[in-house]
Amino acid sequence: MTNLATTQLGIGSAWAVYAVGALFVVGGAFGVVLQRNPVHCALSLVVTIFGIALLFINQGANFLAAVQIIVYGGAIVILFLFVIMLLGVDRKEPRVQQKLRSLTPVAIVVSLVALVELLVLSRVHYWANGATSTTESLSGPGSDVQKLGQTIFTGYLLPFEMTSALLVIAVVAAVVLVRRSTQVQGTSPRKAAPAARPGPRLPEGTPGKPAGLEQAPQPQSTGAKAAEPAAESEQPTGAAR
Amino acid sequence: MVNAAYAIVALPLAGFVINLLWGRRLGEPLAGWVGTLAATGSFVATLIVWVTMLGRSAPDRVADLNIFTWFPVAGLHANMGLLVDPLSMTMLLFVTGVSSVIHLYSIGYMHRDPGFDRFFIYLNLFLFSMIVLVLGDNFLFSFLGWEGVGFCSYGLVGFWFQRDVAAVAAKKAFVTNRVGDVGFLLAIFLMFAHFGSVNYSTVLGTLAQGHATGLMAGAPGAIAGTTATAITLLLFLGAIGKSAQIPLYIWLPDAMEGPTPISALIHAATMVTAGVYLMARTAPMLHYAHATSWVIACVGAGSAFLAATIACAQDDIKKTLAYSTISQLGYMFLAIGAGDYVDGLFHMLTHAFFKALLFLAAGAVIHALANRQDMKQMGALARFLPVTAVTFAVGWLAISGIPPFAGFWSKDAVLDSAWAMNKGLWAVGAVTAALTAYYMSRQFALVFTGRARWQEGNARSRELGANDEHEEHQSASPGLPAPSDPEEYPRDASWLMTVPLVILAVAAILGGGINFPTWHFDFLSRFLGPMFPTATSVVVSTGTKWALSLVTLAMCLIGLSLGLSTWKTADHPALEPSFLRRAWFFDDAVAATVSGPLRAASAGLAFVLDRRVVDGVVNGIGSALGASGRAARRLQSGYLRAYALGIGIGVVVILAYLSFRTGA
Amino acid sequence: MSVPGAWYLVLAACLFGIGATGLFVRRNILVMYMCIELMLNAVNLTFVTFSRMLNDIGGEDTVFFVLVVAAAEVVVGLGIIVAIYRRRSGATADDISSLKG
Repeated sequence: MTNLATTQLGIGSAWAVYAVGALFVVGGAFGVVLQRNPVHCALSLVVTIFGIALLFINQGANFLAAVQIIVYGGAIVILFLFVIMLLGVDRKEPRVQQKLRSLTPVAIVVSLVALVELLVLSRVHYWANGATSTTESLSGPGSDVQKLGQTIFTGYLLPFEMTSALLVIAVVAAVVLVRRSTQVQGTSPRKAAPAARPGPRLPEGTPGKPAGLEQAPQPQSTGAKAAEPAAESEQPTGAAR
Repeated sequence: MVNAAYAIVALPLAGFVINLLWGRRLGEPLAGWVGTLAATGSFVATLIVWVTMLGRSAPDRVADLNIFTWFPVAGLHANMGLLVDPLSMTMLLFVTGVSSVIHLYSIGYMHRDPGFDRFFIYLNLFLFSMIVLVLGDNFLFSFLGWEGVGFCSYGLVGFWFQRDVAAVAAKKAFVTNRVGDVGFLLAIFLMFAHFGSVNYSTVLGTLAQGHATGLMAGAPGAIAGTTATAITLLLFLGAIGKSAQIPLYIWLPDAMEGPTPISALIHAATMVTAGVYLMARTAPMLHYAHATSWVIACVGAGSAFLAATIACAQDDIKKTLAYSTISQLGYMFLAIGAGDYVDGLFHMLTHAFFKALLFLAAGAVIHALANRQDMKQMGALARFLPVTAVTFAVGWLAISGIPPFAGFWSKDAVLDSAWAMNKGLWAVGAVTAALTAYYMSRQFALVFTGRARWQEGNARSRELGANDEHEEHQSASPGLPAPSDPEEYPRDASWLMTVPLVILAVAAILGGGINFPTWHFDFLSRFLGPMFPTATSVVVSTGTKWALSLVTLAMCLIGLSLGLSTWKTADHPALEPSFLRRAWFFDDAVAATVSGPLRAASAGLAFVLDRRVVDGVVNGIGSALGASGRAARRLQSGYLRAYALGIGIGVVVILAYLSFRTGA
Repeated sequence: MSVPGAWYLVLAACLFGIGATGLFVRRNILVMYMCIELMLNAVNLTFVTFSRMLNDIGGEDTVFFVLVVAAAEVVVGLGIIVAIYRRRSGATADDISSLKG
């Protein structure tokens, strides 16, 4: 596929798409950072991702835009939402911060300074100079999917295989990390793999289970739970923050 | 048969080892005989080598024997080697000779002492060290012997170490020697820095040749005046320590705490002469260091005079002789300073004979009187100890400078050189000679003539003002009360002790014959002369020499008669003022300085500098590191966001650096 | 003329900054994680832009891998978060400070 922006809809549409995409990106980003409810943050993240996908399309990376929406929006954000629901952290985060109060202004300043420096660098040292200063479709035969495929399976074969292995390890790690103790109940909850359906799981706050499970020895990361002083554990539901 | 020189060194060492391993089993008197045979064997070997040397012509009388290489390190090549030449031969002859005689004497003197074998172990070790000192062919090897004799002196002075006084005296001797040794070591360093070697042949040989061929300064065999002065002054500092001159003489009177044989051997004949030997060895360098020669002569003359004055007021029989030794050593240094090395060594030779004789005779007296040393408690012993009295008299006349005894000839030779150098020095020497005659006569009178005060008990001696060290001079064996029974009257000792006395007396009588100034009897001058090409030839006319001798002789006779007549009755406390008796309060001054300012300085250094500054720095570094660690620890707050912020700040810094550096 | 690459780059930089600020400021662990995702997206945008500008498909390949790795990271990270939350529900990032020095 060729670049829609330069062929059919004209140059102006490129700018329009850019404007819309930029709006989505920035708006979603601010939404993620500023909103109190984590669910709202996740939904703002979806907006950002959509905006990024628009910008990808605007630059002719159509395949990547599709992959972006499928992987990020369709799996990763879903995962976030699942965990939010699972752990019940959708309570509002209070605005008052008890610890490390001074970090907020410092953080904002640091970020602003970093941003300014990036812009300065891009102007002063012309990081933004390249062979061309416009974004057009890549030269060469075939669409971008073809080019992607050719390079991934030839030049970038090793990173490809390594990331495949990484995925497998990540799946295994997820299962191992979340595995509960041995089995008064039988099935331990499984963490859903990115492309798989969510499996059956047990809710966290089920009464009776934590007591029974806590007494058994936990070999994994949950093992130190028994040593946790009782005073520190808060209510399973509605933790006062 | 120059290789017999190895035997000279080896025999005392063998004796030392045998006594060390089996001395206790050998017991008395066999251990003593082992030691004596070792010493005598060494003497015989010396004779053999000497005769061999005599058979050669004068320039050939040098042999350098190498035992093994000791220090083959980066430019310093010091061997353990023996240098056989007229100087070392002369020294060795009287060292081993007198040593053998004293070994024999000790068998009798140390009879029934519980440390008999230990004594002979030390004696042999001492003899070995002294031989190494004399025979060594480089300054380092000689220094080894130097330290060895110092150590043996410590061990022997503190032989009866159960007595506090003896232990303290031993420490004093060693420490004072060490002060001088600093000078010796510094001189060796300087020598190595300048010459690149410490061998006698290299350092002194080139200097001697340089003088002979008249090299100018800057030529390879020459040496700058300042360097020569520095080296010789430092060596003289070592000699001052070892030979008990001003200001390091304080150890020698206290060293009389040791048994009398070692006072005779170490502190009269051999160890204290090591300093004189050292300065004689470095004669070629002294030629270039006129300032040092003056220093040597003045120090020698001063010590001679000072010690003689102190000796006039001492009550202890051995202390008098100790100060007398200091005085006579001053004469030797006076001769060396005047450039007349041969006469200095001549006086050393004769002094060895008569001083050892005097000490051994004093030891016989002490032995006979059951370890009493206070002269005010003796008297009229000539009747009871005839042999001792006669031999003591020989020594007395010899040291007083009465012809034809040995001391007359050597002292006159020294005074002639002093006259040639400076009339003032001669005057000091002459007055000292008179004082010497005086106090030696005083000693003879107090001990051998007059009333038998030892029969009169303690009350009378207190009345006579016995000095308060009387009690301390009782040795480890139980003191005996004043004998009233004729069975216990003092008697001459056994042949073991009297034969050495006789031998030494004969040597004291005939010793002058070694170097008569006239009638071609100047053996010593001819033997030793080629060793000292840089010696000042004494340009004193024969008439002046005779005149000087007569003047000195007259002064000595006056002193002698004065001493004899005054002290026959032994009650003249007015002639012994306290400042003389207390040795011009020199020891007290040293003690006051050390216990006062020096201790304060040491306390300051220890408590302030060491504890606060040095320890403070060291501990401060530790605590500073700990504090910085604790401060850095606060970065590890455990808060995720803080860590993330830290990373963010790092990113900002890197971007800033990239922004501002010139040249992308 | 399509949009010059600099515009995209600036936008990506701003997105990155916003994500970083969010990371420093928020206490909820999951929201912090989402800010990390924002930053990753910014990086992706940058890569694609450069890939177009420099006419090299390698940039898009890198985006591909970044996507995969981000997914894997999310999986593992959320697993850890779940594990932490099991012990202390309602924990914020500030409560997990037992690794302090």
